[in-house]
Amino acid sequence: MYQYDKYDQALVDARVADFRDQVARRIAGEISEDQFKPLRLMNGLYLQLHAYMLRVAIPYGTLNSTQMHMLAHIARKYDRDYAHFTTRQNIQYNWIKLEDAPDILADLASVEMHAIQTSGNCIRNISSDQFAGAAADEVTDPRPWAEFLRQWSTFHPEFSYLPRKFKIAVIASKEDRAAMRLHDIGLELVKKDGVLGARVFVGGGMGRTPMIAPEINPFVTADDLLSYLEACLRVYNRYGRRDNIYKARIKILIHEIGADAYRAQVEEEFKHVKTLGIDPPAAEFERIASYFAPPAFKSAPDDGLDLSDSTFAAWVKQNTFAHKQPGYIGVTISLKPIDGIPGDASSAQIDVMAELAKQYSFDELRVTHAQNIVLPHVAKRDLKAVYDVLAANGLGTANLDQITDIIACPGLDYCSLANARSIPVAQKIAQRFADAERQADIGELKLKISGCINACGHHHAGHIGILGVDRKGVENYQLTLGGSGAEDASIGKITGPGFDEDGIVDAVERAVEKYLSVRTDGERFLDTYRRVGMEPFKEAVYG
Amino acid sequence: MKILTGNDLKSGAVTWWAGSYWSLHVEDAVDVGEGGEAILAREMGARRVNAAYVIDAVSTAEGPRPAHIKDRIRALGPTVRLDLSLKPADPQVGAWVI
Repeated sequence: MYQYDKYDQALVDARVADFRDQVARRIAGEISEDQFKPLRLMNGLYLQLHAYMLRVAIPYGTLNSTQMHMLAHIARKYDRDYAHFTTRQNIQYNWIKLEDAPDILADLASVEMHAIQTSGNCIRNISSDQFAGAAADEVTDPRPWAEFLRQWSTFHPEFSYLPRKFKIAVIASKEDRAAMRLHDIGLELVKKDGVLGARVFVGGGMGRTPMIAPEINPFVTADDLLSYLEACLRVYNRYGRRDNIYKARIKILIHEIGADAYRAQVEEEFKHVKTLGIDPPAAEFERIASYFAPPAFKSAPDDGLDLSDSTFAAWVKQNTFAHKQPGYIGVTISLKPIDGIPGDASSAQIDVMAELAKQYSFDELRVTHAQNIVLPHVAKRDLKAVYDVLAANGLGTANLDQITDIIACPGLDYCSLANARSIPVAQKIAQRFADAERQADIGELKLKISGCINACGHHHAGHIGILGVDRKGVENYQLTLGGSGAEDASIGKITGPGFDEDGIVDAVERAVEKYLSVRTDGERFLDTYRRVGMEPFKEAVYG
Repeated sequence: MKILTGNDLKSGAVTWWAGSYWSLHVEDAVDVGEGGEAILAREMGARRVNAAYVIDAVSTAEGPRPAHIKDRIRALGPTVRLDLSLKPADPQVGAWVI
């Protein structure tokens, strides 16, 4: 994986020193909260319901074991012995003290990490496919491009004060595992006549106005990609609305002027930008790409696994994926135990995952947007040993992409923006569907819960989505059906009136039972919904 | 009744105006009547508290109970981690929030 050069390290170290001074001045009363707030937000430090919350960037969700151990250390030393992995492939700490924040950032910097651009109206953490570099179906490894974009966007002077925050995802497979079309810019790396380039999608997003990004350009060559993205951002920066925070995202701009008009503006700007020479020389890209060379896989016979242990067999079936290298397999560690909190892990569990990566996965881990952790490169012969350690540490749940593998935002239990709690609803649904056979019978069903319209829990993209709202001071939950964040991206539709906390669990169960009663062979919940439409589900839910 | 709440500048901890100081415990909160905004202006100016605001609460035998669930969660801690709440040994504490 990428390693900082002296410039990267100097930038991060300087930022820590700056923030240490700013915090000292704030505590000494030399600057007001109004003056300080934008400074702390630039360093990922929010004030949430119970304390300060620190959001740490995990570029394209990729970590090594040293970094993962540091995340555990921070949780143990400065927080309450746990942390929360987010739908942006980042990590958040919920109980941070302002006076500790500079030391935490210094600790992060010591392992080439930071919290820069995890807040504010700038280009946020670049997200990507958690199976990058391992997936059998990728046309190239998207991580060098994600890193390339990270370097381009970090402290970009022109894009530090955009009309609104800006999120970019990069994938390189037909199968979209990163909700790419629900980003402000989504890139799908493709090859055309042997030439590498990207399909460019612009103007997707969730929040209060969910939109699927239209394709703005079917093929931008790799040589032109940075200039093209610069043009995309420039047009947004010029015309994006700054008068209304709810209409400031690029999706609104494109919706208002139309994709064709936006595309024409970008093409015009691109002609100019291309003269500036910002696309890097091939040697620089190769330098970055060299950090992502495949690990030293050992040739091993691709023997079958001993699946005589039924619990292990169930986990292998559900939580592993095909690796491009014979003899290897990818592992997704579920952070969704039935009675757990989606995305939460204790310091000890984080350390366990770090050690497993070090011992069995070429020192690599990934965070997924579904709030799970990936060990991307595990030799098949080691798989049982990995599973045994995971299971012994509460990390062996076999439910990937099933109804209990729920995405949930922190909700009203932690978040100052939330209107309703998400986690208790996730827990009740998980308990209702805990039976492994029942989950297996239901099959793939992506259930996502947000505690407010900002949609951090991706409810719009859930096969079943739940949105928590405040109804005259009481928590209420709306149900949506038919969303998808995958290559068949779609926005879920609301079924009708909302429910209370127990009512929404019953409503989900009635929708699932309806699916089971009308599905045809091989149909997922989403397929059945798309075939039969909303009405049968509505009748079932509201009876 | 009306009470004041905010977050401690250094720790970020939720605090409640207890008449002459900021307490970690909502039970200590006092009714500020119509004088809340003036107290907030003074206290935030003194930088003892962050993001403070006035809320409605109901007076009970156990002390003030914030009217909105968001502030009751702030008073207690996450309902899904009662072990981290201010009253981890109280089995009824979750019911107080909901």
